[in-house]
Amino acid sequence: MSIQQFLTIFISSVFIYNVILSRFLGLCPFVAISKDTKQAFAMSAAVTFVITASSVVTWLIYRFILLPFNLAYLRTISFVLIIAALVQLIEMVIRKTSPVLYRAFGIYLTLITTNCAVLGAAVLNVDMFFIDGYAVAGGFYYAVFQGFCMGLGYTLAMLIMSGIRERLELCNVPRAFKDFPLAFIIAAVLSLSFMGFSGFKF
Amino acid sequence: MKDLVREFTKGIFKENPTFVLALGLCPTLAVSVTVANGIGMGLAATFVLLGSSVIISLVRNFIPGKIRIPCFIVIIATFVTITELCLKAYSPVLNRALGIYVPLIVVNCIVLGRAEAFACKNSVLSSLLDGLGMGVGFTIALIMISGIREFLGSGQILGHTLIKGFEPVFVFGMPSGALLVIGLLLGLFNVLKNMKS
Amino acid sequence: MKDEFIVSGSPHIHKKNSISRIMWAVVISTVPAGIAGIIIFGLDALWVTLSAVIAAVLTELILQVLTKKKITVLDGSAVITGILLAFNLPSNVPLWLPVIGAVFSIAVGKQIFGGIGQNIFNPALVGRVFLMASWPKYMTTFVKPFNYDAVTSATPLAALKEGKVLEHISYLDLFLGNRGGCIGETCILALLIGAAFLLIKGYITWHIPAVYIFTTAAFTYIFGGAQLFSGDWLFHILSGGLVLGAFFMATDYVATPLTIRGQLIFGLGCGLLTAVIRIWGGYPEGVSYAILMMNGATPFIDRYTKNRVYGTK
Repeated sequence: MSIQQFLTIFISSVFIYNVILSRFLGLCPFVAISKDTKQAFAMSAAVTFVITASSVVTWLIYRFILLPFNLAYLRTISFVLIIAALVQLIEMVIRKTSPVLYRAFGIYLTLITTNCAVLGAAVLNVDMFFIDGYAVAGGFYYAVFQGFCMGLGYTLAMLIMSGIRERLELCNVPRAFKDFPLAFIIAAVLSLSFMGFSGFKF
Repeated sequence: MKDLVREFTKGIFKENPTFVLALGLCPTLAVSVTVANGIGMGLAATFVLLGSSVIISLVRNFIPGKIRIPCFIVIIATFVTITELCLKAYSPVLNRALGIYVPLIVVNCIVLGRAEAFACKNSVLSSLLDGLGMGVGFTIALIMISGIREFLGSGQILGHTLIKGFEPVFVFGMPSGALLVIGLLLGLFNVLKNMKS
Repeated sequence: MKDEFIVSGSPHIHKKNSISRIMWAVVISTVPAGIAGIIIFGLDALWVTLSAVIAAVLTELILQVLTKKKITVLDGSAVITGILLAFNLPSNVPLWLPVIGAVFSIAVGKQIFGGIGQNIFNPALVGRVFLMASWPKYMTTFVKPFNYDAVTSATPLAALKEGKVLEHISYLDLFLGNRGGCIGETCILALLIGAAFLLIKGYITWHIPAVYIFTTAAFTYIFGGAQLFSGDWLFHILSGGLVLGAFFMATDYVATPLTIRGQLIFGLGCGLLTAVIRIWGGYPEGVSYAILMMNGATPFIDRYTKNRVYGTK
């Protein structure tokens, strides 16, 4: 476990392999909700929180339940159900404890249940930080940190995108490219510019 | 009989999941680097769609409405796991190329969307045709996009060089190229639609 | 752009500035650098620039005819996009490369957003990163200066990145442009003449370029050397496309923040990103990526640096 490793995880999951712009996870809400900065921010905050929480839970489940009992093939099924249950739980807790917070991003929680970014992060953590069925040293911290950074990358892309699209409301965009098509093209240019970080090394 | 044919063909043209409904774009963009990957992904998704549609429509009368979504997810996840294991066993190369996007078929909006919108309300036969049609439509879209990307990005189709001396545009093999292709295609379809009306 | 607008009744003094006037002034300001490029790299540089400009103008014309928009090709903005794109290319590229780049710049970088004044990103840079990702082979082989037989050489930054011992290039050589590189970026002297013209005319302000260059210099001084505080900051200013980018591309009217506060943030961000990519990134040069990323963040910066309306909270 070293600081370099953490920095590499940070740069690669926020910029180089950005969840949205490079891995294409969580694309639907990216296109649908990124028209308004406030909503985009609430959604990203919710996603970041859920990805981090689910990284913790799925890593523990995989390490201490699935692997010892030789059930690794149940990974997909169990992760989906765990994430769905986790999101429900978080929603209930937030609704009971903080109505303000619930109003701010509670409604987005239900949308996250089947957000591919969350499941993608869990699967990716397992793929990267388990080698031949054994956890790499410090893997738990890497996994949680990577989950959190993927959330940050999601937030970054959402915020930039929502800022741009708010401005585009005032622009004279050709009719055929309004909304969806242009959103993808902007994402393409952003993804091209994030390529500046490829090959990053400390 | 005519209705059944329509159930099948609507997924290919009128309600094409990728181009018309814009569903399930994550795998479409991620694995469409080569046509071979595109076909592999399309077949895997078609298998899951077909299997889950049939099973869900078989048990649709036993599932309580309130917990239907979790039930659908479990059924879909089962088929995804079957696909994953088969891929791992018979085609490790393809499995590595598709990577995390195979397990992610579980959360593909097309699959859950068909379960919720069609299979849980219709008979087994029409659900089967619906799932098959959607799967074929998805596969065709994938082949189109991956064809464009593989040709422009490497000058090849399925590994065969088409034009000698063509300078491949590497960007189309990259994530940004995928976003660009889908953006321009969606725009193009809109232009065609506008011209028609 | 001045912050203090004074609103009063008529009569007003009329200033003859218009979009096309400013754009053509920018075109004039790039002439010294263009001439320097031709002297350094030979006539190839001229052909590359011409093909980029012609392709840009034609693309703009065709798209405006197709979308039935007002034809504004002659306002010079397409010309400047073509020139800036060519300035960011090596002189020995095949001529179809600047053509494709210019078509992409105008079509995807500008017209798709609705044309002049509405683009989010600097069109020339959009074209440049597209070419960079598509044909890296052509984009990274450079010709030796004053050697018209196309002997390839690495740019000073690329040599630095590969850990080679730098061939002895003096700061004066770098300043005058005696090095391998893109057409318009090498001769700092010519670029500064053009920039001075724009600054004196008041078409650009000093805020973004100054902050941008200062930040890059400071950051490379601190982290660029073997130990902290030992980096060769002057080398980093004089090599690569920093001066070209800072004065001619980071000052784009449309894709940069409106207020001075926003512009300072913009310059700071560009400088940091450029230095980070130069020191730790895989590419030797990060100017175009840095400016594009900050272009993307501009609407967001604008949103939080809005000037307060007097008398409100």
